[in-house]
Amino acid sequence: MTAPVITARHLDLTFETNDGPIHALKDVNLDINKGDFVSFIGPSGCGKTTFLRCIAGLETPTAGEISVNGMTPDEARRARAYGYVFQAAGLYPWRTIGGNIRLPLEIMGFSKVEQAERVGRVLELVDLAGFEKKFPWQLSGGMQQRASIARALAFDADILLMDEPFGALDEIVRDHLNEQLLKLWARTEKTIGFVTHSIPEAVYLSTKIVVMSPRPGRIADVIDSPLPKERPLDIRDTPEFIEIAHRVRDGLRAGHSDD
Amino acid sequence: MTRLRNLIPPLSIVGFILAVWALAVIPMNAHLTADQAQRGGMVLTPEAPADRQDVSGLMLALKNPQIIPLTYVQDRPRLPSPHQVAVELYETVFTKAPTSRRSLVYHGWVTLSATLVGFVIGTTLGILLAVGIVYNRTMDKSVMPWAITSQTIPILALAPMIIVMLGAIGIQGLLPKSIISAYLSFFPVVVGMVKGLRSPDGMQLDLLRTYNASANQGFWKLRLPASMPYLFASLKIGISAALVGAIVGELPTGARAGFGARMLVGDQYGQPLVTWAALFGAAITAALMVGLLSWLERRTLRRMGMAEAAV
Repeated sequence: MTAPVITARHLDLTFETNDGPIHALKDVNLDINKGDFVSFIGPSGCGKTTFLRCIAGLETPTAGEISVNGMTPDEARRARAYGYVFQAAGLYPWRTIGGNIRLPLEIMGFSKVEQAERVGRVLELVDLAGFEKKFPWQLSGGMQQRASIARALAFDADILLMDEPFGALDEIVRDHLNEQLLKLWARTEKTIGFVTHSIPEAVYLSTKIVVMSPRPGRIADVIDSPLPKERPLDIRDTPEFIEIAHRVRDGLRAGHSDD
Repeated sequence: MTRLRNLIPPLSIVGFILAVWALAVIPMNAHLTADQAQRGGMVLTPEAPADRQDVSGLMLALKNPQIIPLTYVQDRPRLPSPHQVAVELYETVFTKAPTSRRSLVYHGWVTLSATLVGFVIGTTLGILLAVGIVYNRTMDKSVMPWAITSQTIPILALAPMIIVMLGAIGIQGLLPKSIISAYLSFFPVVVGMVKGLRSPDGMQLDLLRTYNASANQGFWKLRLPASMPYLFASLKIGISAALVGAIVGELPTGARAGFGARMLVGDQYGQPLVTWAALFGAAITAALMVGLLSWLERRTLRRMGMAEAAV
């Protein structure tokens, strides 16, 4: 077994606010291995997004250690080690879908030929071939979010960090995108960190589920999923699936009991 | 069809204003019309000119309805009638060679050229200041209060000083007026561009951080394009302000050409038609400039795929 891609040891993060300090993360310890699909689940304020942002080097922990690909998160960010998908698609309205996906490639200095080749490839990957010349407002919310995933994939980082990417979408679209995301993960073999507050989504997608609880944000439980890699949507009706979902729910409830 | 329907509200307002104007001509010009008519042998009530001073223009016209048509055709009316202004405008715009000093096109171009130069200077300065304010903390704290203060000084007080001082160092003609134009037009651009350059939200800025984008890339790829709708809104205010600036720059110095000079000449030599024609010439010029910018805005934003954002 090779060394974990992401490790966090005794991670602490306190935000100083006008209402006093907020303890966003407390003593977080976690290993994420290459090719893992890790979900972070918990109520709002549990620090799941903050932890993801720490991995991305967008927040700096106040104490503890975290490494990404053997580097500090900031070094990893500079090395463009990950693609990040936000809650909203955040496509530039003045760029076409193709232009939006080209954005990171332009910034990172890929050649024009390679840009075109990569845009075509990732559009294919998220099932948006043929939409390259459309503007964002011409696409549905689900399609926009797929385009933003394509944008995060375009420069071939090994790690994909996703912060509630499907939170704003309706259940049917979400199911469809979950299925697609699993296929994409299987094809690209990326390591994925995925923030959600949906139990079925977490259980359906993940190889590892990290249950978090609030005030202060900490890890309540880490569940290694026994589900097979191949997961049709109806796996959600199997006893194994329901059992994991129960354990997640118990973990969430335990975190809530002390407030 | 929708175009036609869009025209109805503004046209009805124009119609209303014209109607009020046309009605106001009667009382405004009643006294001088009456005096003139009496000299021409018309019998009026009250008969003595001194008594007429005590009667309001409206009463005078009502008591002597025969003078009403004459109020509309005075050579030197207190308030010219709409058609007189229209005729004066037509004659000075279309029947005189544009190079003639009697052509309003000639005077219009004198003012417009100063306006455009000032507008370009003001816009450039405004954008540069906005970039400074957004990217530099010290400028953020220091420039904005001064920019606001600069606009609280009455331009009518400041304009002669600028012209006299620049004249003293040998700068005359177009440039002093342009500087006043620039002084008035940089402000809306600063305010609009600061807002525009700051319009990208935290998520969009974070996205660029995940790409490890440079500040330069952030400016050219995110902040500047995001500010375009704000820029155009500012430019439309800026160009009107620039025109006002150029006209004000022509007023205090006895300029011999330009809309401002025409207004002054009309005032000083008792030729209200000249003043009014210049006034309307300036208004029409401003409307044309704003219209041109609106067209440019629509074109640009549509090209950028942001037509939806431009309402």
